[in-house]
Amino acid sequence: MSRKPTTTAASKPLAAGLVAGAVGVVGLLIVVPLASVFYEAFARGAGAWWKALADDPDTRHAIWLSLTVAPVAVAINTVFGVAAAWLVARFRFPGRSLLISFFDVPFSVSPVVAGLALVLIFGRQGLLGPTLAWLDWKIIFSWPGLVLATTFVTLPLVVRELIPVMEAIGPEEEMAAVSLGASGWQVFWRVTLPNIRWALLHGIVLANARAMGEFGAVYVVSGHIAGATDTMPLRVEKLFQEYQQPASMAVASVLAGLALVTLVAKFVIERRLEAESRDLEAARSLPDSLDHTKVEGAVA
Amino acid sequence: MSIHVREISKSFGSFKALDRVSLEVPEGTLLALLGPSGSGKTTLLRIIAGLEFADEGVIEEDGADITERHARDREVGFVFQHYALFRHMSVFENIAFGLRVRKAPQAEVVAKVEELLRLVRLEGLGGRKPAQLSGGQRQRVALARALAIRPKILLLDEPFGALDAKVRVELRQWLRRLHDEIGMTSVFVTHDQEEAFELADTVVVMNHGKIEQQGSPDDVFDHPATPFVMDFLGNVNVYHGRVENGRAFWHGIPIDYPDYPYAQAREARVYLRPHELELSPVTGHGQPVAGNGSNGKSLHASVLRVSRSGPITRVTCRPHGSEQELQVDLPTEVAHRLQMNLEPGTHVAITPRKARVFVPDPEYVI
Repeated sequence: MSRKPTTTAASKPLAAGLVAGAVGVVGLLIVVPLASVFYEAFARGAGAWWKALADDPDTRHAIWLSLTVAPVAVAINTVFGVAAAWLVARFRFPGRSLLISFFDVPFSVSPVVAGLALVLIFGRQGLLGPTLAWLDWKIIFSWPGLVLATTFVTLPLVVRELIPVMEAIGPEEEMAAVSLGASGWQVFWRVTLPNIRWALLHGIVLANARAMGEFGAVYVVSGHIAGATDTMPLRVEKLFQEYQQPASMAVASVLAGLALVTLVAKFVIERRLEAESRDLEAARSLPDSLDHTKVEGAVA
Repeated sequence: MSIHVREISKSFGSFKALDRVSLEVPEGTLLALLGPSGSGKTTLLRIIAGLEFADEGVIEEDGADITERHARDREVGFVFQHYALFRHMSVFENIAFGLRVRKAPQAEVVAKVEELLRLVRLEGLGGRKPAQLSGGQRQRVALARALAIRPKILLLDEPFGALDAKVRVELRQWLRRLHDEIGMTSVFVTHDQEEAFELADTVVVMNHGKIEQQGSPDDVFDHPATPFVMDFLGNVNVYHGRVENGRAFWHGIPIDYPDYPYAQAREARVYLRPHELELSPVTGHGQPVAGNGSNGKSLHASVLRVSRSGPITRVTCRPHGSEQELQVDLPTEVAHRLQMNLEPGTHVAITPRKARVFVPDPEYVI
């Protein structure tokens, strides 16, 4: 297929220099710090590491909270992402490109600002404050606020992943399914979803990693209440501020471990995505040289 | 099932894709929508399928109004231009799709799919993925998938457009036989006139969102109704001339045109098909030749180029006293029988066997 890039003799020293530089930067900024987190966390043995995580009720709660907030935020993003990507990829309407740029706002806005914005709307003194008080719904300084903030910061990840894939696939397969009698749901489950599954999974993995690690927006809306609204990243920071470095490192190592799992998942999914896009290309081009089976004789 | 299209219009923004088109497709017909790209033929096909909805007009199936009926309820088999096979499904599951969404029992699905795989001559390939098939095989899977739902109408969008020439001709003949066998009302879109004429019972020529002409292949080819049809259906020599008193003149050769019996001369165009011109040698130099190279029945010309492509020999000439080139197609056999050297510079006489005259706006007569 594609030829491997070759280096000429003249560019070899340059290439070697660039490779060394890149490896150096990655090692210094990523590998060494990450390794030192694990080193610190396990410096007193696995038993001490486990005790630091399991014995402190506030830490236990923080882990539990992260494990509930992140999946809910990711689930909301998945539903929104699929629906929004389908809308944008399949329809042309006024304001379409404006809408696409709005999907990116959470990328460019500081998470702290996002958190503050949510407080301004849902806080007790906020825009919807009186209504929420009347309904007796608590959003800021509680679980729903954490979900909202996490959803906000991870919003672009799924939809951004899906739009180019859906546009590349095109609407023909869906139209074919409809003309064969499929209902809207049947088209989605049998044709659309299988076609976008790897891109969707990629978006979900990225959104989940971001949701688990989110600090700024969650910090503002959580009120930082130990045992109530502290997620894992907030717990790491609090333990660190309280000079409980081993405990802080233990929680940090869980987050770092999650990052490594994400990395592996990403690697596997990206290989599948590449295979899918090669398939799509193969489906578009028509290798007639393969056509050995002649069509001949009368129809049976 | 017959289809009746009445006064259908469709616009995309300011572009008028279809302009009050009416069309009748009788039960069991194989009809070709023929036209250049942008003529509205695919849009019309999609509206019949329910994949697109008309701005105005009515679609009827056997007299029942189906204009508002959803595509999934129309019982129409649609074969897409690039087949639109479900990439992640096997050939078997592709063909089975329409039955699966109808919740057909497994035994029935297997029996039907096996039957269709035999019909499209893909036995044993049910387990393959579409990417592992050649273009011609994919095309047949798309056809089998459309037939699986026992449609009442079969619609095909440029069914052979993406295939190479040899496979295209084979599949074309096969599709014609298939149609004769199952007798389903079928409409296909093509920009290839050869395809339309070889395959269809009825050819509908479209241009700029309108139907230019509709008729049997012979009808359309022998009696083109408009200059566009004449132009579109293959090579043609076009000359600008005049018409008066029921006759047009082409280099002094009169051509009857009884539709314009008036004395006042009008602009007209004369169309001559290259294969409807006869060519004969002019012997020696002694023959008297009229001033403009015409003797009232045939025209004298010089050969400019000769090119042979198999059974046809194409001779490009320049009539004496004219700057415009003229193409004459001769069966190569005839060219040989003429026993003359068809070389550049040869002096020949050209006689039209048939010519057509079109007067723009014939109604507008003073």
